[in-house]
Formats: sequence, C-alpha cells, structure tokens
Amino acid sequence: MAVKLPIYLDNAATTRTDPRVVEAMLPAFNDTYGNPGSRNHRFGWESEELVDTARRQVADLIGADRKEIIFTSGATESNNLAIKGAASMYATKPAGEKNRGHIITAAHEHKAVLDPVKRLAKDGFDITILEPPADGVITAQMVKDAMRDDTILVTIMWANNEIGTINEVPDIGALCHERGVVFHTDATQWVGKMPTDVNKDNVDLLSLSGHKMYGPKGVGALYVRRRRPRVRLTAIIEGGGQERGMRSGTLNVPGIVGLGKACELCALEMDAERERLYKLRVKLEQGITGQLDHVQINGHAEKRLAHLTNISYGFVEGESMMMAVKDIAVSSGSACTSASLEPSYVLKSLGVGDDLAHSSLRMSLGRWSTDEEVDYTIGKVVEAVKKLRELSPLYDMHNEGIDLSKVEWQAH
Amino acid sequence: MAYGKKIIDHYENPRNVGSFGTQQEIKERKDVGVGLVGAPECGDVMQLQIKVDDQGNIEDAKFKCFGCGSAIASSSLATEWLKGKTLDEGLGIKNTQIVEELSLPPVKIHCSVLAEDAIRAAISDYKQKNGIQTADEAHTH
Repeated sequence: MAVKLPIYLDNAATTRTDPRVVEAMLPAFNDTYGNPGSRNHRFGWESEELVDTARRQVADLIGADRKEIIFTSGATESNNLAIKGAASMYATKPAGEKNRGHIITAAHEHKAVLDPVKRLAKDGFDITILEPPADGVITAQMVKDAMRDDTILVTIMWANNEIGTINEVPDIGALCHERGVVFHTDATQWVGKMPTDVNKDNVDLLSLSGHKMYGPKGVGALYVRRRRPRVRLTAIIEGGGQERGMRSGTLNVPGIVGLGKACELCALEMDAERERLYKLRVKLEQGITGQLDHVQINGHAEKRLAHLTNISYGFVEGESMMMAVKDIAVSSGSACTSASLEPSYVLKSLGVGDDLAHSSLRMSLGRWSTDEEVDYTIGKVVEAVKKLRELSPLYDMHNEGIDLSKVEWQAH
Repeated sequence: MAYGKKIIDHYENPRNVGSFGTQQEIKERKDVGVGLVGAPECGDVMQLQIKVDDQGNIEDAKFKCFGCGSAIASSSLATEWLKGKTLDEGLGIKNTQIVEELSLPPVKIHCSVLAEDAIRAAISDYKQKNGIQTADEAHTH
C-alpha cells in the first residue's frame, strides 16, 4: 500500500483532534451556547450540564473526584497555577522577604515548569533543580536527598516531553506525603496514554492538556486534591470566581466538552493503543539502529513512553536531517531549528554531548500512525543519515581514526 | 523550513562534495589548501579544500560539511565560486555575496560567515605550505 505523505510523527507536540471529539463539541457551539455561570435560565443550565459531564470524564480518567478538576487554558496555565498558587499559599514568610520556602524540581522539566519556578526564585523562594542522571529518570531517592525542613513544594513531571522517560512519580508522591510537602506533576505527556490514579499515585496537583490526547487546543485542567491532604492554591487569574475561585473566567464550554470526550476515548482505548504503538516504536527503533552505526536512543531503555523515541545520529546535524526527511514531521533537538543557538537543554542535562544533542530527532507516534508509515520512515531516515554522512567531514575524520574530542576546533 | 529555492537546490544537489585525499594526505599535499572551521558543539563544521595549479589558479575545490541546510548550501556555493579564480580573487569572496545569492534568512547569516572563514583558511593553508606571504602577515610586519 502506498503511504500517504506527509507523515505526522510529532504527536508529542500536538495531536490531531479526534473526529469524534469534534463531533461532540459542535452542539456546544451551535445549540448549547449559554454561559454555564448563568444560573437563572435554561441556556446556562444546559451548558453547565455539559461542563459537569466533561468534569466527570476528566476526573474518571485520572481516578479523581469531579470537584477536584479545575479547567484551564492548557497545561502551561495549569503548571503556572499549581506552582505559583501553591508557593504563594504555603510560603513560610510574606512576600518581600527571603527564605520563604524551598521548592524542588528537575533540569529537564518543560519550560512551563522551569520558568514559573525561576520566577519564584526571584520572589524569595529557595530552589533546588535536580540534575537528572544519564537515563533521565528522577527517582524518589534523588528527591529525598534534596528535601529540607523548609521544603514546601516538589514539582516533577510524570513523563518527559523530549525523551519520554518516566519519573518515579508514585514514590516521589509517597515521600512528599510522609513529609507533608505538596506534590505537583506535569502529566501532559502521560495522561491519556498511561493508567493514572491520583490516589494510588500520591499526586496532589496534576496538570493535563487536551491537545496532547486528541482533544482540542486551548483547554486543559489542573487536578487539585481535596482530601488527605486538602490542597489550597492562591488564584492567579482573578475575576468572576469560577472554578471554586481558583480560576476565574467564563468557561470555554466547547473546549471543555472536547477535553471531556477526549478523556473518555482515551480511557476506553489507551491500553490497546499503547500496545499497538509500542510495537511500532520498537520496529522503528530496531529498523533504524539495525542499519546504522553510531546511533543512540536517548533516555532509559524501558522506563519510557510507548509512543515516543529520541535518537541521536552521530556526525550528522539535526536540521539537515529534518530537511532530508521533509515528508515526515518530526522534532529536532538541534539549535538550528530555533532562534537560539543552544541545542536541547533536556539532552544536555542528561550529559548527551553537544555534538550528539545537535543531531537528535524526536519521533512520536499517535492514534493514526500506521505500519506503512513506520516502514517508510525507517527507509527515509537511514537514507538521510547515509547521505549526510557522505557530506560530513566529521564522519571521515572518525573513520580515519581521528579523535574528534581532541581536535582544536575553531568555535565561532 | 521556509528556505529559498537556491538553498534547497544546493542542499539536495550539493556541488563538489569530497576530498583530495585522507586527512593525512591533504595535510601533506602542497598543491592543496585546506580550511577546517567551526565546531561540532556549535552544530557546524565546514571543510573546504582548494587545488591550485602552477599558475596560482584554483583549478578545483571540494567541500564537506556537518551543519544545517544553509551551511551545506553556503559551502557548496563557495566551491562553485572558487573554481577558476586566482587566490586573490578567492579572497575577494565576501559572506554578504553568499547571503545575497542564497537569500539566507537573518538567523543563518553565520553560515555565510563560516563559509568565508573556510575560504580564507584554505587559501592561507595553501600559501603557508608554499611559503607565500599572506596578506595578513604582510600587514602585521
């Protein structure tokens, strides 16, 4: 069967909205357009019903109570609310003072976690940023070693967006509960892919996003634990007092309905989907690594999401790789794809050398990925690497036995 | 990547890819000048080689490049332009001409600078091997 181009292998960046989700959203545009905050007429009540259903669908996917779901504009907002909101609520000293409390995070978190944490550092909080080991997995022991008497918040992502590695969230949560520390996890890449139970997994605050799990963009949620322990947050967005006062603003009803439907579908389908995508990923990895030397799969071999792989290709550069596989949508850790000249900080934090960090591609499979697409991708990637190595002075030098780390490069 | 046609053409059909020998051989060959610029950790390494005839004309040029599409295109173009030029004419190639010819976007201007550096390094390597005083040296003396 001929493969249809272009091929989308960037599902960790965003996913196509499932047509069933779009279908579910339409009535919220066309018919049920009331403001769920309007308590005194039918239009409002009907919208509120839609939101209630969605709240239950989201809660069910993560084992939460529907009252614990706060709708937001996406995971970035959820992270900001969780981190800034918890820090402000649990600060040991008022604003303007120093040593207001200690916060733990990790160097390979998403910027939507790191930047709020860095903001808090300026606002008088003490920050520990854990350096991940080479396999990328943050363990409970690492968090334990960083804990202090004044630690108020730990924020560690569930699965990493660039390399798919899975941190020891349930154990980190258990540790935090023992110590009476609030635990937040950015679960953007995790929820909808992997079974989640906020109670068994000891999570207090959990960020999730619609568009990473076949829902619409512009909508997400924050789970906020209500019992054992009850977690409180200071609101960031203030106004009409929606979402129990934690997030004001008229609810994005169509988006919320879409998020709910996406969660319902994930709950039904993710186990079979994960198994299918895992087989495709293994095929992809084996197909590529079996035909090329000097390639490296980044991150822990097993503790990784089923649908995502990040591979470094020695002696070739990431952007030229992307040009060579231009019919396949992938993501590069290369500096040349962005305005900054720094290669991926995530790979660097794992100790991947700058040269290999420049040469890495992330490929993430999704609901509509096929066997044929994987076959085509293997062929294209192998061909591209071989072509670019023909061009690469580094590959020549390596093959002639020159140690590249000992060459005196003229950095510019 | 919103690249122009010329960059894509040079990327897809790079001109004059190759080398006049192994690293050791080109180091020893007196008729060949080699310029190796950039660094792997910066994401660009260019190797430009010129082969010079008895009259001091660049009769052939070859390149290899580890880098983005613009870096590959810039070095490919440099080899095209160098062929048939005298050493002095070669030194006259400016990065701004490369930017113009390839319509390089602003974030990729450093690729053209690197290509100019590679040209200068290759010519100066040839001069050094053959005991020809370089313009820079003449200036500082």
